[in-house]
Amino acid sequence: MNTDTRPAYQGHLGYQAGLLGGFATLAGALLVGGHLLTQDAIALRLQEDLSRSLEQVIPARLHDNDPAASPLELSDSDGAPVRAYRALRGHEVTGVALRVTGYGYAGAIDLVLGLDPAGRILGVRVLAHKETPGLGDQIDAAKGDWIRHFDGKSLGDPPADRWGVKRDGGVFDQFAGATISPRGVVKAIKEGLMLFREHRAALLVPPVVTTQGQGRDPRPRPSPTP
Amino acid sequence: MTSDYPRIIRDGLWDSNVILAQVLALCPTLAVTSTATNGLGMGLATTAVLVGSNGLVASLRRWVSPQVRIPVFVIIIASLVTLVDMALNAWLHELYKVLGLFIALIVVNCAILGRAEAFASRNRVPAALLDGLMMGLGFTLALVVMGGFRELLGSGTLFAGASQLLGPGFAFLELRLIPGYSGFLLAILPPGGFLTLGLLLAGKRMIDARVAQRRRLTATQSSPSAA
Repeated sequence: MNTDTRPAYQGHLGYQAGLLGGFATLAGALLVGGHLLTQDAIALRLQEDLSRSLEQVIPARLHDNDPAASPLELSDSDGAPVRAYRALRGHEVTGVALRVTGYGYAGAIDLVLGLDPAGRILGVRVLAHKETPGLGDQIDAAKGDWIRHFDGKSLGDPPADRWGVKRDGGVFDQFAGATISPRGVVKAIKEGLMLFREHRAALLVPPVVTTQGQGRDPRPRPSPTP
Repeated sequence: MTSDYPRIIRDGLWDSNVILAQVLALCPTLAVTSTATNGLGMGLATTAVLVGSNGLVASLRRWVSPQVRIPVFVIIIASLVTLVDMALNAWLHELYKVLGLFIALIVVNCAILGRAEAFASRNRVPAALLDGLMMGLGFTLALVVMGGFRELLGSGTLFAGASQLLGPGFAFLELRLIPGYSGFLLAILPPGGFLTLGLLLAGKRMIDARVAQRRRLTATQSSPSAA
């Protein structure tokens, strides 16, 4: 840079501090503005993604409600919240979708796990992940068929100690070059199945649809045995 | 200052190619080039950010004093990438789902800061924009070649997943060149990235050396009396 053609005031400490501070403030303001401008649209997109994923893990023929509308908040063994979405036909819970989180190579993998009332897997889909492109991202249904191998499985099939990737003595394939992502997914699914078993009674009570459309507290009523 | 546009184009695409000549930005390069499509996505996203940051830096160059220029450039680039990330997520969500993995990686691409420092802060806006575009395209080219090579060796396909990145009209790009090929895993793993990069760098040197030799030959042939 040509310093000699610059006005002298640019050499002062105050100018430089002001410039840096000004840029930082401006950048901060722009980012806040950008966030405010996009947050609603992003939330809406994520909601759409969720509805679409729920459709994939709970077949449409099983329900006549919008499963995304009235989630039930559970907590897993670590106390972290887990959202459960119930599919209803008439007044009967025909399927439950759980949002579980696995940990892969590059952080959290958000999954949605669809189960029938007996605890068999209807389908699993990855909602969001940051796994390595070309390696770990095969867990995504758009990139590979691997995630479909869980369809029809349950906690007893395969037996609990075989719920793992092959490298850990389980029955599920890992990918060439990526063991950590599949391992995270398998572990999350297993935990989801255990959570379902633990809360099965509460999950199979149909939500009471109130005027706000929020059936948060299931009133005790005889649950239909599947 | 330079406004020698053909020179800028040559520099960006070949002579000072970000990867092949400057050997910069190796972290995102080695990380994403496991397929040609990934290389293309990363290259195009980087090109967009590079053009934007070069334009901004060149237009602000008069006010940014040399002593604080690096932190100012870093702030500009990081804000730009974050804004692009949010905007894509909100309004081009389908594209974001494919490119989203790459966008955060662009912040750590030193080639962008490198161009801001080496070119945009000393040149006029149009030249800086062209430099950003050409450097970006040169980067894209190198990434696609690397990705294609690794993909072909590693899984026997070319441009797998291109229709997700570019739209269903580009499904014709997706080729399975070697049916039933089980794959040479090393090519997809990080060491394969280093090996491919080494071959690519050697290849560029070889081409450059051959071109220089031919030029010397024609020079001596055209003036035999000088020898």
